[in-house]
Order: sequence, then C-alpha cells, then structure tokens
Amino acid sequence: MSVPKILGIETEYGIHGGPESDPITASSLIVNAYAQRGRTRVRWDFIDESPGRDARGPMSAEQLAPAIEVHLANTVLTNGARLYVDHAHPEYSSPEVRTPREAVLYDQAGEEVMRRALIATNETLPPSLAVTLYKNNSDGKGNSYGTHENYLVERDVPFADIVRAMVPHFISRHIFAGAGKVGAETDEARGYGATFQTSARAEFFEEVVGLETTLKRPIINTRDEPHADAERFRRLHVINGDANMSPVATLVKLGSTSLLLAVLEAEGPESFPPMPQRAVSAFRALARDTSLTASVATDDGHWTALDYQWRLLDIAERFVASNGAPDVAPADEVREILNEWRSLLEALSTTPELAADRIDWVAKRRIVQGYQERYGLDPLDAKLRAIDLQYHDIRPDRSLAARVGLRQLFRPDGIAAAVHDAPRSTRAYFRGACVDRFPDAVVSANWDSLVFDVGQGPLRRIAMMDPLKGTAALTEGLLSRISTANELVVALTD
Amino acid sequence: MSEQERIQKQHTERSQSEVDEITVDATKSDALKAELDGLLDEIDSVLEENAEEFVRNYVQKGGE
Repeated sequence: MSVPKILGIETEYGIHGGPESDPITASSLIVNAYAQRGRTRVRWDFIDESPGRDARGPMSAEQLAPAIEVHLANTVLTNGARLYVDHAHPEYSSPEVRTPREAVLYDQAGEEVMRRALIATNETLPPSLAVTLYKNNSDGKGNSYGTHENYLVERDVPFADIVRAMVPHFISRHIFAGAGKVGAETDEARGYGATFQTSARAEFFEEVVGLETTLKRPIINTRDEPHADAERFRRLHVINGDANMSPVATLVKLGSTSLLLAVLEAEGPESFPPMPQRAVSAFRALARDTSLTASVATDDGHWTALDYQWRLLDIAERFVASNGAPDVAPADEVREILNEWRSLLEALSTTPELAADRIDWVAKRRIVQGYQERYGLDPLDAKLRAIDLQYHDIRPDRSLAARVGLRQLFRPDGIAAAVHDAPRSTRAYFRGACVDRFPDAVVSANWDSLVFDVGQGPLRRIAMMDPLKGTAALTEGLLSRISTANELVVALTD
Repeated sequence: MSEQERIQKQHTERSQSEVDEITVDATKSDALKAELDGLLDEIDSVLEENAEEFVRNYVQKGGE
C-alpha cells in the first residue's frame, strides 16, 4: 500500500558579500531582514529535531550529526515555510505539499522570498557591502551545499528496498534534472578532464548509503526524522539532487521520484532496473558524460543513464496504466508528469538542445559553448565559470537563467501569492494561518507542532503529527469562527 | 498516367517535400543561431565585469 506522497524542497543558497564578507553574518542579515519586513517573528521550535536518527536502526554517539546552531536566525513564514541560517547559508525549507506541481510553486516562492530578503538587506548596507544570493550547489572550488528533497514514505517499506529501487534513479536522473557545471572540483573529475558536467553535485558523493550530509555524502541518506507519526511514516531525505532554475526540471525530478516511490510501496523493488556494481563511481561517471553514451556495469549488462531512465519511465507508466494514478498527484497531473518525463527523454535521445527550454544543464551548456566559440576561449576560462555562476544569480537584472527562455509553469502573480499564502493541502495551511493571524501569540512553531502563549496559564503546544490534518478543508471553518488565539486554543483542546 | 510516370511523379513530389523540410530546418536553425547570438550579446551586457575576480571571490563554506 502506498501513502500520500507529501513532499517539499529545502534549498541552501550560496551567499556572497556583507560585512567582513562573513557568510554567517550575511545569512543572518538576510533572514532577519525578511522577518522584520514581514510579520514573521515566530521562532523555530527544536523540540523534535534529531537529524542523527538513522533509518537503519538505533544510533550511537559517534553517528550523531553536528548540533544545530540554535542561536542563529530562524523563523516561520506565513506560507508555512521555514527561513533560517543553516551553517553558513540562508536556507528556505518549503512548506510540505501534496503534489509535485505544488512543490514547484513553493520552491519558486522561496526564490521570491530570497529576492525580497536580498532587497531589504541591501537597503541597509553600503553598496560596497551588498550581498548577492545564488540558487546553486557549489562554489567551483570544492565546497558544496545542498538542495534536499523530502518524500513521505510508508514505514513498512524495508530500507534495503528503498536503496535497491532508488539508486538507479538517483544516479541517472541528472540527465534531465542536472543544473550543469563548468569544470570539475575533485581530483578524480579533474583527472578525467571534465570541462562540463550534467550534475553540479555528483562528484561530491562518496558513499552509497549513510547518515552524513556534509562529509562522505551518501547517494541515499538515512536521516530518519519523519516529522510525523514514526509508526506509519518515514521521510526519505534525498540529498543527491541539484538546485534547478527550470520549473519543468523540478517538476519531473520530484514527479518521477514520487511515482517510483509509490510503485516501490505497492509492488516492491523487483521490477526496477539493476543496481550498478559500483554506484558511487557510476553516479560520477554518468555526470561527467554529456554525450549520454557512457554506460555502467551491472549484473545484467551495461546500462547508460538513458537506458535507466527509459526503463524507470516504463515502470511508472505501466503502473499508472494498470492501477490508475497513485496518491502522488491528481490523475491529470500524473499524466502531465509522465508526458514531460517522456518528452525530455525523447529530446535527450535525439537532440538534447531541443530541451534547452526545460533542462538546466542543456540551457547552460548552450550559452557556455556559444560564448566559448564566439570568443575562442579555453573551456575552463573564468568568463565561462562566471556564466555558470551567474546563471543562478537570483536578481532579475543579473540572472542568466531568467534570460535563456526556460518554460514557466506559474505566472508571477501566482508565485507572489504563494510567498504569503500557505498551501491548502497539508497541515502547512494551519501553521501558516496561525503565523499570519496570531504572530504575537504563536511563540514558536515547527513541522509538527505550534506553541501558543495566550497570556494566561502555561504555554500550550498544539500537536500536528499527521501532515494531512490541518488542511484548509479541515480547519478553515474553525479559523473563521474564532477571533483570538485563546479561542483557537480552547476550541482545539477542549 | 503510366506506372513509370506515377513513380516518377511520386519521386519528384517526395524530393520536393524533402527540400521543403530542409529549407524549414535551415530557417529554424538560422533562427536559433540568431536567437543565441542575441542572447550572447545580452550576456555580455549583464555579465560581471571582472570575471576572474568575480569567480575567485566566490568562496562558500560547505553546508547541509
């Protein structure tokens, strides 16, 4: 049986500039500027955070991830998202949503939040200290930061089956979901003479399965922190993807992964293509190969990234044809995801440039190669690296992604609405509505609870362990009947 | 029309349509090239001026 594929994306933005060029200070300015500009003083509540919890079993002290910096800026937005400083980056964690399309919308709302935060920050700084933000994943010098996807998965699925089924997808999906990168940042990739890679992240991966996210990054991350009823759910924390500027790439990245997880839950891993014999080197090798002809060894012959993706698409299409749309999205959206996925693979199998309006690495390579040819540059010339970096600049007057003709899925007014309004489809609705209406009474919030100070008696924690409770359908009526936080807490606890 | 003529006519028609397709493709490819040229001009106008310094100064701490 499969569970609703509730999902979301967390993005750490690259940051440059600010006082003393200190990224932690600059990141704090970004988060605080946005919080002060809006009505978002609600703090994050760390009570249920345990990123060291391991899906493979009990944790030992040495497995524990580093402690979270509780003193850094950290806030909850009216759209249900979390905006905070993670390590030395500002991070936007989108609210949890029901469908990949909604997740794209709230990812793009996150870009807009960062744009507004950037403007508010730079108004307080002299031009020489202006901050810039990049929605990318590395600095070109070996330092990487993440764009993490999260999917709700049924607890009963053995973790080994997730590894077995999903590794082939995770090492090959970058052919349509990769952001592209000029050059290489590790000795291995440099040794192979890589001048352009489909994925910005692949070369940073060193393990197949593991708990870490900052060192020895694993293709499958075992962080087991469902932010929901742990008896019923696990949260698959996917750290191997790139930050996309293309909405269609984000849609197909999330949609394909959600659909394959639904197939896995329903049917087990048997129909999935074979694991590569050496998954880590396979992931890196496929990312270095922009000709899409490289293959990796499996116990069942050699497979190219396209071989893998055609088979995975076939699995998803056949499942939907015989079972109807799984609980990933409404049937028409599932159809849209499958059609877009197929269309991208068809372009990649014949003329990848046809997908330059949908695939980031293809769009980026087109301008990088065009520029290189126009000026007769070396493939690793600083100008080409600058194009790579500036592709991800979030300022409209500087962004190159905004100029290459990427097909859009949402209008600017829809994205602007999602900056303020929470999705109606999950508990993020209730979280966002409470932060919006009662910013002074909500003391803190996190993914699965809200803490109220209603001015009398102790603080009251409202638990939201089920991500499908707290939707607009379930709480809009109550929220329209009450006029104070106290009335709300009384109604919920009596 | 004799069999021979018909084959010839079909052949001529097909050649004609192939030529048309090639012409369309060439136009499309010219258009794509012109579009790319325009795009590269625009990139020149917005690209950070000192690329070397811009790229060198962009140093991040790892995250996640």
